[in-house]
Amino acid sequence: MKEHAPILQMTGITKRFPGVKALSNVDFRLFPGEVHALMGENGAGKSTLIKVLTGVYSIDEGSVLMEGKAVSISGPLAAQKAGISTVYQEVNLCPNLTVAENIYIGREPRKFGRIQWKKMNQDAERLLKERLNLTIDVAVPLQTYSVAIQQLIAIARALSISAKVLILDEPTSSLDQTEVQQLFRIMRKLKSEGLAILFVTHFLDQVYEMSDRLTVLRGGELEGEYMAAELPRFELVLKMIGKDLKLLEELPKLSAETQNSAGQTMLTASSLGRKGAIKPFDLTIRKGEVVGLAGLLGSGRTEIARLLFGVDRSDEGKLAVAGGGGVKSPRGAIDQGIAFCSENRKTEGIIDDLTVRENIILAFQATRGWFRPLPRKKQDEIAEKYIRMLNINPPNPEHLIKNLSGGNQQKVLLARWLLTEPDLLILDEPTRGIDIGAKAEIQKLVLSLANQGMSVLFISSELEEVIRVSDRVAVLRDRAIVREISGEQINQQQIMQAMAGG
Amino acid sequence: MLNRKYVPILVTFGLLAVMFAAGSFRYTGFFSAQVLFNLLIDNAFLIITAVGMTFVIVAGGIDLSVGSVIALTTMVSASLVEQHGWSPAVVIPLVLVMGATFGTIMGAIIHYFKIQPFIVTLAGMFLARGLCYIISIDTITITNGFFTKVAQTKIALPGDSFISINVVIALAVVAGAIYLAHYTRFGRNAYAIGGSEQSALLMGLPVARTKILIYAFSGFCSALAGVVFTFYMLSGYGLHAMGLELDTIAAVVIGGTLLTGGVGYVAGTFIGVLIQGVIQTIISFEGTLSSWWTKIVIGLLLFVFILFQRLLSERRVSLKT
Repeated sequence: MKEHAPILQMTGITKRFPGVKALSNVDFRLFPGEVHALMGENGAGKSTLIKVLTGVYSIDEGSVLMEGKAVSISGPLAAQKAGISTVYQEVNLCPNLTVAENIYIGREPRKFGRIQWKKMNQDAERLLKERLNLTIDVAVPLQTYSVAIQQLIAIARALSISAKVLILDEPTSSLDQTEVQQLFRIMRKLKSEGLAILFVTHFLDQVYEMSDRLTVLRGGELEGEYMAAELPRFELVLKMIGKDLKLLEELPKLSAETQNSAGQTMLTASSLGRKGAIKPFDLTIRKGEVVGLAGLLGSGRTEIARLLFGVDRSDEGKLAVAGGGGVKSPRGAIDQGIAFCSENRKTEGIIDDLTVRENIILAFQATRGWFRPLPRKKQDEIAEKYIRMLNINPPNPEHLIKNLSGGNQQKVLLARWLLTEPDLLILDEPTRGIDIGAKAEIQKLVLSLANQGMSVLFISSELEEVIRVSDRVAVLRDRAIVREISGEQINQQQIMQAMAGG
Repeated sequence: MLNRKYVPILVTFGLLAVMFAAGSFRYTGFFSAQVLFNLLIDNAFLIITAVGMTFVIVAGGIDLSVGSVIALTTMVSASLVEQHGWSPAVVIPLVLVMGATFGTIMGAIIHYFKIQPFIVTLAGMFLARGLCYIISIDTITITNGFFTKVAQTKIALPGDSFISINVVIALAVVAGAIYLAHYTRFGRNAYAIGGSEQSALLMGLPVARTKILIYAFSGFCSALAGVVFTFYMLSGYGLHAMGLELDTIAAVVIGGTLLTGGVGYVAGTFIGVLIQGVIQTIISFEGTLSSWWTKIVIGLLLFVFILFQRLLSERRVSLKT
C-alpha cells in the first residue's frame, strides 16, 4: 500500500437536513491504486457522503481536496470535471442510445459540428478492448446487453472522462457469480493502473475479497479508517453496529417464561427463494411464537417479509400457511390471516391526509368490505382503545396523521394491523425512530400478543431488541439465511458471529 | 441481424408501399408521379409540424399547441400584410421568431416549474387560438403579390408533373431535421433525455437547455408550417388547422416514434404523414365515401400501431431481465 498523498481528501464534512445531521464532521481519504470500502448501516451516512461526492448534495461545512487542490462539487458535471465518476447499481445510462454514444455523449468527436460516428465507434471499441478486455458491438442500443455489461460500459464512460476516482455504488447487487468475478478482475486491473476505487457493497465477503482499506461510518459520524487485512470481520460488524466487545454481556430476556414454542405450525417456507432478492431458505413459524430476523442492512430481511406477504412472487420453493394454500398477493395474505407492518411507513404505510382514526380502521374496514362501513361510534371506540393501549400522542383520534411524530405514526400502523387480529404479524423495523419508552411498550405488546397465540415475525436492526422478544432467531448474511438460533443460544455473540460469517 | 430499432419504421414504410400499390390496382390514374407529389403539396405544412413534434415526443414530451400556432401565424401574417401593409420580407421572419419564442416560453415553464408538458401546451393551445380572434373573427384573404406568386409557382418536374415551393420547404426541413437528429449534440441529447432524463442529468448533459430548445424548435416548425399554410390557403383565419395537433401526433406515432420517448425517426414521421395522405387520396378516388372515413381508418391504424409498439417495448423489457 502506497502511503503517499491521497488523491481525494475530505475533511470535516457536515451535511444537515431539516431536523437531522446526516453527516457530522466526517473525514475521508482515498489513495490512488486502492480499493476502499465504505461501510455502514442504514442511516450511517454512506449514501449522503456519496451524494456529496457526486454533486447531488452540497455540503454545509468541510472541504474537499482533489490532488491537494480544493474543489467545489456543485453538480454532476462539476464532479466529472474534477475527475470523480460514479457507477450506480441501477445503471444510469440511456438504454435507447448505442453503446458508443453512452460512453461519449456530451463529448462526441466532431468535425465542423458534425458528429463523427465512425470515429466514435472505433474509439469506443478500442477503449472497451484495451481497458476492460471487452469485445462487443458498440453500434447497437445499450439495452441489448445484460446489466453486468451495462455496468462495464458505465465504467468505460468513467474511464473515458479520465476519472481518477471511481465510485462503485452497490455494483454487484444484481450480478450473478461469474459476472461479479468479471467485474472484480476489471477492478483489480484498474487498481493496478493507479485508479482510486471507492467500493460500496452490503456483501461482506466481497468487501474482504476486494478492498485494501475500509472506512466505517455510524450514525453520520466517522467510526474509523482501517486496513482491511488488520480488521477481522467480527470486529467490523461490531463497529458498524456500534458495540464494543466488552459491552456484550447478556441482556436479560424479557419474560422468557411466558414464551412457548410448542404450538402448531402457522407457516412453512421450504426452499422459498427469489432470484436477485433472497436465496432459497427454509423457515417455519409456529403458533404463538416470535421469530426474529437478524442481519445487516441489505442481507435480505425485508425481502423475506415481502415474499411471505405476497408483495413479491417467489420463483422457487413452496410456501404453506396453516389455513391451507399459498400466498399469491397481499390481499390473499390478509385473507390467510397475515399482516405486514412495513418499514417504509412514509411510502407503504400511512395515508397522510387521513386522521388517526381513519388510518387505524383502514385494514379492518378492508377486510369487512367497503359496503359495510363500521358505525362511527364503533370507530371512535376502537381508536380510543388503541390510542390508550399504545400511548399514541397526541391522544386525539381526529388528528391528521401527517402531523404526528414518526414514532407515533408507527404506533398507528401497528394498531391498524392489530385490529385485524392476524394469526401472523410481520413487523419490519417496528421501532425505528421511536423513543426508548415507546420501544419497550411495543416489545411488551409483541410478547403479550404471542402469549395470546399470535405468531410474530420480528425484523429489526437492533440486536438487543431481537434477542429480547424472539423465541428463535434466523440470521441472514448476503441474502441467505445462514443460521437459526433458538432458546438459550440466543445472544449477541452468537448472532454477530453468524452475521459476520467467514 | 436486422437491428430491432428499425422494425417500426420498416413496418411503416411497408404499409405505405402496400397502400399505394393497392390504390394503383384499384383506381385508374392513381399510379402516377403527380398523385404522389400531390400528397406532398397537400401535406407540406403537416410534414413540417410533425418534424418539430418528432423531437418533442422523442424527448418524452408532447406539444398540443402546434395547430393553434399555425392559425395564429396565418392570422398575424395576413393581418400585417393586408391590413397594415407590411412587407412579407419583414412579416415572415417576425412570425418565425414569434413561434420560436412561444415554444421557448412553454419549454421553460415545463422544465423549471416541472409541470406536465401536456397541460402547459394545452394552455398554449387555448392561448394562441384565442389570440387569433383578437386580430379578427373573420377570414382575412391575402391578395399580396409575393404570397400569391409563391402560391401559384409550380416547379416543373420530368413527366409533366410538378411540385410547389411549399414542398421544397418541407423537404428541406425534413433533410435538415434528419441531420439535426443524428449528427448534432442537440439531437443526440434529445434522444438521451427521452431515454432517461435522470441519466442524462447524471451524465452531465445540458438537460434544461436541450428541453427548452426542443419546444422552441417545435414552435419554430409550427410557425414555419403556418407560413406554408398561408401560401397554401392564401388567407388567415382563426379556425385554420383546427385539431391539427392530433393529426400531427398520429402521424408521428404511425411513423414509429414511441410515445414513451427515446425512440423515433424523422424519416418515419415523414412516411407517417404520407400514409395519412394516401388514405385521404384513396377515399377521394373511391368517390362514394365521405371524408370522415379518413378519420375512421386513421383511428384504426393508430390502435394497431400503439398495440404494436406496446408489444415491441414489452419484448425489450423481457430481454433485459
